[in-house]
Amino acid sequence: MSHTTQQRLAFNEPGWLDTLAAWLLGLLWLLPLVYAVWTAFHPAEFSTRFDLSAPLTLSNFRRAWEAAPFARYFFNTTVLTGMILVAQLVISTLAAYAFARFRFRGRNLAFALVLMQLVVMPDLLVVANYKTMAQLGLIDSLLAIGLPYFASAFAIFLLRQTFMSIPKELDDAARVEGAGALQMLWRVYVPLARPVYIAFALVSVSFHWNNFLWPLIVTNSVNARPLTVGLQVFSAVDQGIDWSIITAATLMSSAPLLIAFLLFQRQFVQSFMRAGIK
Amino acid sequence: MDRRQHAIHIWLMLLPALLLLLAFTHWPVVATLFDSFHSTPKGARASFWVGLVNYQVMLDDPVFRKALANNLWFAGVTIPLSIGLALMMALWVNDRMAGRALLRMAYFTPTVLPMIAVANIWLFFYTPQYGLLEQISGALGRPSQNWLGDPTTALGAVTLVAVWKEAGFFMIFYLAALQSMNPSLREAAAIEGASRWTFFRRVQWPLLMPTTVFVLVNAFINGFRMVDHLFVMTRGGPDNASTLLLYYLYEVGFSFWDTAYASAITVVLVAILAGVALLQFFVLDRRVHYQ
Repeated sequence: MSHTTQQRLAFNEPGWLDTLAAWLLGLLWLLPLVYAVWTAFHPAEFSTRFDLSAPLTLSNFRRAWEAAPFARYFFNTTVLTGMILVAQLVISTLAAYAFARFRFRGRNLAFALVLMQLVVMPDLLVVANYKTMAQLGLIDSLLAIGLPYFASAFAIFLLRQTFMSIPKELDDAARVEGAGALQMLWRVYVPLARPVYIAFALVSVSFHWNNFLWPLIVTNSVNARPLTVGLQVFSAVDQGIDWSIITAATLMSSAPLLIAFLLFQRQFVQSFMRAGIK
Repeated sequence: MDRRQHAIHIWLMLLPALLLLLAFTHWPVVATLFDSFHSTPKGARASFWVGLVNYQVMLDDPVFRKALANNLWFAGVTIPLSIGLALMMALWVNDRMAGRALLRMAYFTPTVLPMIAVANIWLFFYTPQYGLLEQISGALGRPSQNWLGDPTTALGAVTLVAVWKEAGFFMIFYLAALQSMNPSLREAAAIEGASRWTFFRRVQWPLLMPTTVFVLVNAFINGFRMVDHLFVMTRGGPDNASTLLLYYLYEVGFSFWDTAYASAITVVLVAILAGVALLQFFVLDRRVHYQ
């Protein structure tokens, strides 16, 4: 084999040392998770004893499910993420379209005001936002958790970029047919931006499914608590240190996203990429 | 269409977004700044102007100073470590490596898990006597160690969790950039007889610069925002050894209900992040997009 072909192969065919290191790191990365899975699926006496003949069981999950209102938490989180996503999509689509396709006085200023949210995120402004929610009488409601996130600078930015890349000729064609601005948006722009909508939806759902600090602050009962807060309350107060139950509850709360991720791995990864690159 | 009517249509489209941003981003910033110069209202006594008192209290507050120092350490370790690991992971997964789909999944999985769930898992991992770490070090004959209960190791332990959570996320962006690189660069370098390291240093790394800046800014913001795991793992303890700014802000604002002081801490946090954003906008972005 000539020197150059060897070099070429060496550039993207890794040596055994690389492969070994990559796999070691991969195992290390999965280790905490595998440990939790082991504990959750085995009886308590095997929770820290690794015996391959240990019997498998689902009773930890059943006990966790019965020990706290997880059904309600799941319901809350589902409604919450759905509500936020729909609001974000509608509100950002309208704003992004205005920024992308129209020239008007104050456009740059308005856009700069939108972009501010990328740095000054709602997560930081919890004290002032809590006061606002108290004044609106919304404390301990799903709406209070969602409201600060309804307008998403990230979504507006992402969609504006996408809309701007759509050729204007399509506009003109639709306009000749007598379509108004909103009809054009709905019939031309939204369908063409579909992959971006999917990408944003995945990122948004995983963010809000996992969000914790603001929901913790603005809720104080089972009625509005999402899963993350419920899980924290559950493992801090109710269970002492029964690891079998805590790991079962933990896996249960992460399961929907984790399963969705494993099933749609490619879409997830591509969505995160797409959302990041724009 | 009538010109004025046209303008009204445009602003109607912008209205929902702008109103919400005004109510939950711009107004809170102004209100926070305003509150930070006032006292916390107590019972019937309304708040009154106190000037810089809250900021003076902050300077003399050992817990705030501890939180700030911890946070700088936390950010200073998570940023380079998670980015370095992310780059390494991306280079590996970009190669024709055995089982690379599985590897990519292993690296990325922490990203989709809620931080609260991650914290539970790691709490268990670190637990004295039961934890896996303890069992491994016990098998190696090392003495028992309470990683989260010891002030000297608590911050390091929670920092490691953040690195674990973030590296896979940043890997995705590097991977995307690597995959969009022209394969003929690789071939040209190989024909020139360049070593793999030279190819990385002279070709891949400079081309990855915009990605690195993007990831860097995200890592920085997360370095000051990621505190969820503290609620489960240490509650900022022991003796504030692992507290971070946003966690301390939560304690001051919602455990001690000192909203004025909490507002002052918010101002500091916002200032730090805004400073980074400006730095990126005016310095980094101009340096990396050379043509």
